[in-house]
Amino acid sequence: MDLLEYQGKQLFAKHGIAVPSGEVASTVDDAVGAAERIGYPCAIKAQVLIGGRGKAGGIKIAKDAGEAREYADAILGMDIVGPHGEGPFRVDRVWVEGGSEIAAEYYASIILDRGEKKLLAMVSSQGGMDIEQVAAESPEALVKRHIDPTRPFEVAAAREIVADAGLAEDALDEAAQVLVKLAGVASEEDATLIEVNPLIVTAGREVVALDSKVTIDGNAVFRHEDLAEAADAVDDPQEAMAKEKGLTYVKLDGNVGILANGAGLCMSTLDVVAQAGGAPANFLDAGGGSKAEAIVNALEVIVSDAKVTAILFNIFGGITRCDEIAKGIVTASGQIDLKVPLVVRLDGTNSEEGLRILAAADLPDLHQEKTMLDAARRVVELAGGAS
Amino acid sequence: MSIIVGTETKLVVSGLTGREGSFHGLRNQAYGTDLVAGVTPGKGGQDVEGVPIFDSIEEAVDEAGANTSMIFVPARFAAAAIDEAIESGVHTVIAITEGIPVLDMLSTYWKAKEAGVRLIGPNCPGVLSPGKANVGIIPAQFFDPGPIGVVSKSGTLTYQIGNELKQAGTGNSSIVGIGGDPIVGSDFIDILKLYEEDPETELIVMVGEIGGDAEERAAEYIAAKVSKPVVAYIAGFTAPPGKQMGHAGAIISGSSGTAQAKKDALEAKGVRVGQSPTETAAIAVEVLKSL
Repeated sequence: MDLLEYQGKQLFAKHGIAVPSGEVASTVDDAVGAAERIGYPCAIKAQVLIGGRGKAGGIKIAKDAGEAREYADAILGMDIVGPHGEGPFRVDRVWVEGGSEIAAEYYASIILDRGEKKLLAMVSSQGGMDIEQVAAESPEALVKRHIDPTRPFEVAAAREIVADAGLAEDALDEAAQVLVKLAGVASEEDATLIEVNPLIVTAGREVVALDSKVTIDGNAVFRHEDLAEAADAVDDPQEAMAKEKGLTYVKLDGNVGILANGAGLCMSTLDVVAQAGGAPANFLDAGGGSKAEAIVNALEVIVSDAKVTAILFNIFGGITRCDEIAKGIVTASGQIDLKVPLVVRLDGTNSEEGLRILAAADLPDLHQEKTMLDAARRVVELAGGAS
Repeated sequence: MSIIVGTETKLVVSGLTGREGSFHGLRNQAYGTDLVAGVTPGKGGQDVEGVPIFDSIEEAVDEAGANTSMIFVPARFAAAAIDEAIESGVHTVIAITEGIPVLDMLSTYWKAKEAGVRLIGPNCPGVLSPGKANVGIIPAQFFDPGPIGVVSKSGTLTYQIGNELKQAGTGNSSIVGIGGDPIVGSDFIDILKLYEEDPETELIVMVGEIGGDAEERAAEYIAAKVSKPVVAYIAGFTAPPGKQMGHAGAIISGSSGTAQAKKDALEAKGVRVGQSPTETAAIAVEVLKSL
């Protein structure tokens, strides 16, 4: 679960890391009001979950109320696409923040290194830039150091890292403190990624986090009640509906609705549909031991996406029983007007019974296929090819 | 032979008195696994279908001779249960539980390393050695004994491939689900090493998915250390960046962890990668015949 910049900064402040003061606003009038209270110059920053906001025009510095109004009006409601094609994300709120006098811009992050099974601290004196670019062009400018998971992370160790990264001599002590506090945010708030870019030294030689990128482990949200609000912020209507029904659903761009059981098989189903020339509309894992009610819920979510022109059910029953899936399909077709053809492939536990149930129900526009590949080809054909 | 579980396995199940734990624990027993004990604090002295329940895993080790522990405990208590198993004296811990906070697993991983205990999972379907023992939730009916070792991040995808291998008339030495979480006790490399040493395994099928770099690391390891043929499958070519595809670990971060990068890394080291589960099984059968 990713936090918005301002949510991350609120978390930093809670852990004693200096951040500029600011206010969140979702209307132009509120943004101007915030700017008037904060004073000028101030930054109007789009709050979306991707990098590259500045380049996309989502961050502006206002010198007076007129500019604050002009920029807030331009930024609120704009669509921003991420550097790796993420999104587009519509800006529904801005963070209005007091201007900072920047003497130096650095980079600091704490991330979970899955391969090494350790937290990794990274610090660079070249902040404010795309860090992947820094790492590629001048790797020596990015100091990476793993944190020993069996011992506390001490200020002395942090000071060595920031000194090696070439930060200003008079900022080393404070920067080391910040790095230790960031590691504290990771372990105490269950953050798997914390990135501060830039981490600045102000004209008054104070070390301040000017931006934040924080990812909280979704499995640990239960023990962080204060982050529940951020967890609830799902923009997409289908994703919100699926979440409410307790389904694992990811919206995609295509027209072939997909339901499979198990995350791996579901990903594989998307791939095979794409290979057959189709475009998947979603990822939906019905989970292990899927019962009839879950199938009804899943179909409701899939057909609520108006782009869907055909649906593929790809089930390999292990714990999941195919006869339960078949009953769910029959029940669902009695409750929901599907309007689109349904291709069903049932294999594994109780598949013969499942196929018998489907055949007996004789549902209109239901097509059975024996293999995953045949089912994928059929659904693509029925969906009207690639969208 | 086979790896991790077999005829020598003496299983203790944490959570055997729970609904899921009893269902799968007793299924494992019915398959032939030597289920010696269950553990639920406060329920010591009771039994589940004749299997004695102890208050702690250590008691199950001391009194029932357990050497392998299976964890079926709800996510928020599971890391503590794994820690208990690590300190109990068993040599292998298989954690089925999904949804354990990853930073809990970070410290648990290092505890297992330090204690020299083999940890499989969490968020995995377990380990099956066909004809010998089943520890976990893998439906055994899709797998026959045979020369192919399978290691996978995904459950249902493995059943799909296993079933196709069975229909092609071959089978498996073992099937190991390593789990779909960002931090798991054993990675592809740990299991590849065991298959390389296992005389019954002639070929290895590796099933990966997006996220992390375990497949890329495995490709390097295969080139350096594995003499047996490896056939791979990777799921998630159509996954968009930044979206978690079901498994907690299945996420492309920025430009890293993509299926294409994993496929390229494996193929660069001579590993054949199937386009679909069906093609992967077909390649495995073809390579096996050529041995």
